[in-house]
Amino acid sequence: MSGLTPLLVEGLFPNGIAHYALGGLLIGLGTAVIYLGTGIIAGASTFLESTLSYASDLPRFNKAKYVASRDWRVVFTLSIVAGAAIYTVLFGDGWWVSDVQPWRFAVGGVLVGVGTRIGKGCTSGHGVCGVGSRSRTSLVNVATFMLVAIGVAQLLSALGVSP
Amino acid sequence: MSDDERGLGFMLVVVAGGLIFGFGLAVSNMARPEVVLDFLQFDDLGLVFVMGGAAVVTGTVFALAEAFGDRAPLTGRDYGRRLKSFDKNVVVGGVVFGAGWGISGICPGAAYASLGVGNYPILIAIGGMFVGAYLQGLWRARRAESAVTGTSAD
Repeated sequence: MSGLTPLLVEGLFPNGIAHYALGGLLIGLGTAVIYLGTGIIAGASTFLESTLSYASDLPRFNKAKYVASRDWRVVFTLSIVAGAAIYTVLFGDGWWVSDVQPWRFAVGGVLVGVGTRIGKGCTSGHGVCGVGSRSRTSLVNVATFMLVAIGVAQLLSALGVSP
Repeated sequence: MSDDERGLGFMLVVVAGGLIFGFGLAVSNMARPEVVLDFLQFDDLGLVFVMGGAAVVTGTVFALAEAFGDRAPLTGRDYGRRLKSFDKNVVVGGVVFGAGWGISGICPGAAYASLGVGNYPILIAIGGMFVGAYLQGLWRARRAESAVTGTSAD
């Protein structure tokens, strides 16, 4: 048995777990800093709707809560970009570009945009904040998108779509 | 008072939180769609530690703030649980979001961070997310309108 455990760990986590856990703690810390300072649970996807209020007159995007938060949400998003860039410059091994086929970004992006707005949140709002506060709504949402995503990704892989 | 009129301290906290959040997404490699797809294909389950680690921190901090804190210093909002209500949209949205995540390996926060690590093709995905959010809003507005006027013309 003692020989099996490391083998199993290596099979499930071929790249180790340290940077995953550390990154996760930092993602949580970033959310916690904003919450402690402002009482706001900052999800990443509301930025999409609140930013649309700059360009669209549609009342749906111009709800008071979007217009009131749209400036800081732009700042939040740009800070996320900058935080990742700072890591890359200081500790990374150079700029990195994905090999995933562009059609996957286009189709997947549209579905993600539709889905997060119907489902009231995304991987940060539901996945990190909602699960952290043990919200049943969020747990159901996360379980649903996790299962569907696994099925879709495995199906595409089986069909030979790579990467 | 709108959130955006809360002054410099508010914005500085948002910047600090965003920087740490984006830094963490880069550290964890979640800014790389390939790594997310590896998780979904069971080639590397590291994402469990990312989401789990983040949820442990937020869960602990939210609970402590609610138990011992009073009001957020920069806004006066009280620290309380704000749970989103449950309805069938939570599941429908999860299905659509999951399909998109499974196809692309990208979600909103990770997409912004992906741009930061140099992955410029991710702009296609971010553009797609805006299109998706816009279409959903347009559809919602149309449906609300037809419900109010009671017409069934479309």
